[in-house]
Amino acid sequence: MLVIRCPWCGERAETEFNYGGEADIVRPTDAEHLSDREWGDYVFMRKNTLGLHREQWVHSHGCRRWFVAERDTRTYQFKSYEKLGAHAMEKS
Amino acid sequence: MSNRYSIFSLIKNGLSHNEKWGQAWRSPEPRREYDVVIVGAGGHGLATAYYLAKVHGVRNIAVLEKGWLGGGNVARNTTIVRSNYLWDESARLYEKSMQLWEGLSQDLNYNVMFSQRGVLNLAHTLQEVRDTQRRINANRYNGVDGEWVTPEQVRDIVPIINLNTRYPVLGGSLQRRGGVARHDAVAWGFARAADALGVDLIQNCPVTNIRTKGGAVEGVDTGKGFIKAKKVAVVVAGHSSVLAEMAGIRLPIESHPLQALVSEPVKPVIHTVIMSNAVHAYISQSDKGDLVIGAGVDQYTGYGQRGSFQSIEHTVQAIVEMFPTLSRVRMNRQWGGIVDVTPDACPIVSKTDIKGLYFNCGWGTGGFKATPGSGWVFAHTIAHNEPHPLNAAFSIDRFYNGHLIDEHGAAAVAH
Repeated sequence: MLVIRCPWCGERAETEFNYGGEADIVRPTDAEHLSDREWGDYVFMRKNTLGLHREQWVHSHGCRRWFVAERDTRTYQFKSYEKLGAHAMEKS
Repeated sequence: MSNRYSIFSLIKNGLSHNEKWGQAWRSPEPRREYDVVIVGAGGHGLATAYYLAKVHGVRNIAVLEKGWLGGGNVARNTTIVRSNYLWDESARLYEKSMQLWEGLSQDLNYNVMFSQRGVLNLAHTLQEVRDTQRRINANRYNGVDGEWVTPEQVRDIVPIINLNTRYPVLGGSLQRRGGVARHDAVAWGFARAADALGVDLIQNCPVTNIRTKGGAVEGVDTGKGFIKAKKVAVVVAGHSSVLAEMAGIRLPIESHPLQALVSEPVKPVIHTVIMSNAVHAYISQSDKGDLVIGAGVDQYTGYGQRGSFQSIEHTVQAIVEMFPTLSRVRMNRQWGGIVDVTPDACPIVSKTDIKGLYFNCGWGTGGFKATPGSGWVFAHTIAHNEPHPLNAAFSIDRFYNGHLIDEHGAAAVAH
């Protein structure tokens, strides 16, 4: 079982968390002008990175807050955690 | 086939103390150029090579494998074969595979130990009863055998089952033609038969890059140098996204660890394959007596060929609840494989935007049963540069035009 460090609550067991998939996928704002191709890319296509992967987790059985983690998908080791929003704010 | 297996070869080699069996396949060095290069010598890749050579008369094929032949998911699954899928497209594809399974040992001249001992899918709630009966009806319309069995019949088939569990067994579907096959033998049988037709099987040869020029494929860079190819067919399951990235195309795939475990060998107690969706447990007993148990996928993506312990614990809890007599059986081995899961739990067997580049992936948690059928339709797709009618619906375009085939939860098991 993985030990995951929630940025708010600290280290907890994996069973307290739910996985939220690839991070930094931003919903397109100009939805009415999007082609089927672009919608398909946004909804379905994923990087599925081999190596360091930025991904979302939610502390479902704890503080119930979301955060972003970097994890190596080969070793499953977490490299960093950040509170959700910090990165998105920076991008916008 | 120079080295054909038969009762006579058995006697002849027995008399010479089994010291003169030839090698089952060659291990050649790769040539500089092939008509078709298949990446991945797993079950699906080897089946593709075999049918390309046998049915479509393509010679000059290489299968490249980064590790050893049949060392990935074909050696890591729980060996279950069935075709009772809900939707028409899937039922037809998996049923084609089932029909190939039924003649496979004879066709390959290799005993894949296909045993049609039946697959029982249990229903534990009223809604599941309705869904299961609907699926049985859909299956029968599609020519797939299936029948409803009552709890009493379930007990007759599996006497050790505890029907009155926390989620009582209310019945189930039985596909009598379903069963199990010896998974290593499937890889070896296809390898040997493909090799006999002149296919070069090249192990320890990782593909490091897919070269394209002007929207067409040129060949692959490998651990053994550049290999030119008119067509490149990628069948690498968990690593599909990695190969896709080399060619600059995107896939709707996420790779997850999926675990399984086997017990120590015990006397025969389970004579069929039992699957339960609601409590998430799959169990069968191999011919040598070990109980083969499949767990669920881990929630996170990963390539590590191992998963988290609670996934196993969850499955074993369900097994022990349904079969209390197994509570003291000791587990022998546990392992993980990396499965390539698509959003609709259906495979992608498809051409790509790059001319001469084909992908066969996304079989997720249920690829083993499809091995011959997958090879059959993929070989057709490569040879004709057009999908076979059975895999036309499984193109990558469905994620852009919305024609998904939603087998999530519909296909007799939860994926």
